[in-house]
Amino acid sequence: MDAPAPAGRRSPLNTRRLGDRLLRVYVWLIIAWLFLPIAVMIVFGFNDTQSKSNVTWQGFTLKWWGRLDEYPELVTAVLNSLKIAVLATVITTLIGTLMGLALGRYRFRGQGATNLVMFAAIASPELVMGASLLSLFISAGVQTGFATVVIAHVLFSLSFVAITVRARVIGLDRSIEEAARDLGASTWTTFWRITFPMILPGVVSGALLAFALSIDDFVITQFTSGATQTFPLWIWGATRIGVPPQVNILGTLIFAVGVAIAVVNTVNARRRT
Amino acid sequence: MKRLAPYLLILPGGLWLAIFLVVPMVFMASVSTQEGDVVNGFVQTFNFSVYGDALAQYQTQFLRSAGYGLVATVVSIALAYPMAYWIAFKGGNRKSTYLLLVLLPFFVSFVLRTVSWRFLLADDGMLLGPLKSAGLLPDDFHVLQTTFAVIGGLIYNYLPFMILPIYVALERVDPKVVEAAQDLYAARHEAFTKIVLPLSLPGVFAGVLMTFVPMTADYVNAGILGGPENTMIGNIIQTEYLVNNDYPTAAALSFTLMAAMLIGIFAYAKALGTENVLEAAAR
Repeated sequence: MDAPAPAGRRSPLNTRRLGDRLLRVYVWLIIAWLFLPIAVMIVFGFNDTQSKSNVTWQGFTLKWWGRLDEYPELVTAVLNSLKIAVLATVITTLIGTLMGLALGRYRFRGQGATNLVMFAAIASPELVMGASLLSLFISAGVQTGFATVVIAHVLFSLSFVAITVRARVIGLDRSIEEAARDLGASTWTTFWRITFPMILPGVVSGALLAFALSIDDFVITQFTSGATQTFPLWIWGATRIGVPPQVNILGTLIFAVGVAIAVVNTVNARRRT
Repeated sequence: MKRLAPYLLILPGGLWLAIFLVVPMVFMASVSTQEGDVVNGFVQTFNFSVYGDALAQYQTQFLRSAGYGLVATVVSIALAYPMAYWIAFKGGNRKSTYLLLVLLPFFVSFVLRTVSWRFLLADDGMLLGPLKSAGLLPDDFHVLQTTFAVIGGLIYNYLPFMILPIYVALERVDPKVVEAAQDLYAARHEAFTKIVLPLSLPGVFAGVLMTFVPMTADYVNAGILGGPENTMIGNIIQTEYLVNNDYPTAAALSFTLMAAMLIGIFAYAKALGTENVLEAAAR
């Protein structure tokens, strides 16, 4: 692969290559570290544990896979997580795409203020967001639960979707739209036939991001959920009494679906460019 | 109609942000100066002494959180920079694969990953158990419930948020600029310290913003991996709000935390010579 080094520069090139090789090993060590707890999660779904504390390895079993419904509240929590994520993703993608279009296409009064608030939504710690939302709901006498969780999830993923779409809108070649209009297309037709297909990849990655943020969220959810349980909340509650292997299996399944979507998305993106 | 278009597009999202981000801050301010309890209700008394009391009572946790956040951020920069550098300059056509590998662990719930660390680091767990039975570690050696475990958990959970912005900044550095420096007889380390490093600083800046703030406000790592000696301010706020229902104290602590962070961010921006934090963060 590499061209042979010229005689006079042999030694610096060798140290350079050694440095690169060490860095490469380092990168893989960090990746291994990032995956270590994931591996533990997957493996311990197959652990033949006798007690509720699933900590030490006691042999391989598939029995937990057949007993996923042993904890009905856990199943409810996972279904809640999915429902909340779908609903929040739909709302966020819709209004976030509109925001992204406005910010990427137009110059208008209040644009700076909008950017400022969006930045605040990304930069403020979730703890403070959750605490202030709870203050609002307490003061207004709103019962926290499913609906308030959806409201909160839309809030924290909205800016990410808007920014992703905005980037795509700014990168558009406007002359294609002008050509469509010159050929007699109405504003509406131009948008749906030309503009929308071009920004669609941005909308899709924004939606995926919103879904991933929602299904994983713990902090804001804990503050706004009231009696409604989600998957992360159930795990947090279970840490005190012992996390059953079913949690590992459900985590593994969600991970597998996420990986599949990410891989398909990456392959698609590569094919398009 | 044409001039109204941007306003109509921005309206739903703008309202959502205004009603659920800006307005709640006002309500939190109001709650923080109320008196009362959950049974008899809370009354607005503009009692500001709660700030002084809360701060005096939880000073230790505030300082501890700042310390943990600071150490975890600095270690994260040290761990993330070489990795981002290698992916940006040596990743070749497999860059996106490496980035995907950095992000994939995020498809497992944050809480579940932290719980997995608890399995790994437990006294008789997979890492310490074998070492102890082999006599390589004393029997009373613990990792769980120590500062090391909490800071390690923070670094683990937020490292990708440091790697990605630094990577993005390094990726934008034109290799031709580095070549030009070398053509002008800059040594490799000089080309790095004088060209690459300064150009990557906005990425480090963004990374610090994206990790220091959530690390300092985190309570999941201290809750799952730490012990009573590692309580962070987030744990206090969470307990006061959701367990003790002492809303005024909790709101006052949240406000103090937010104010301290805003001051910290602006001071940090100033120290780096960036006049406008937004501008730097927007890049």
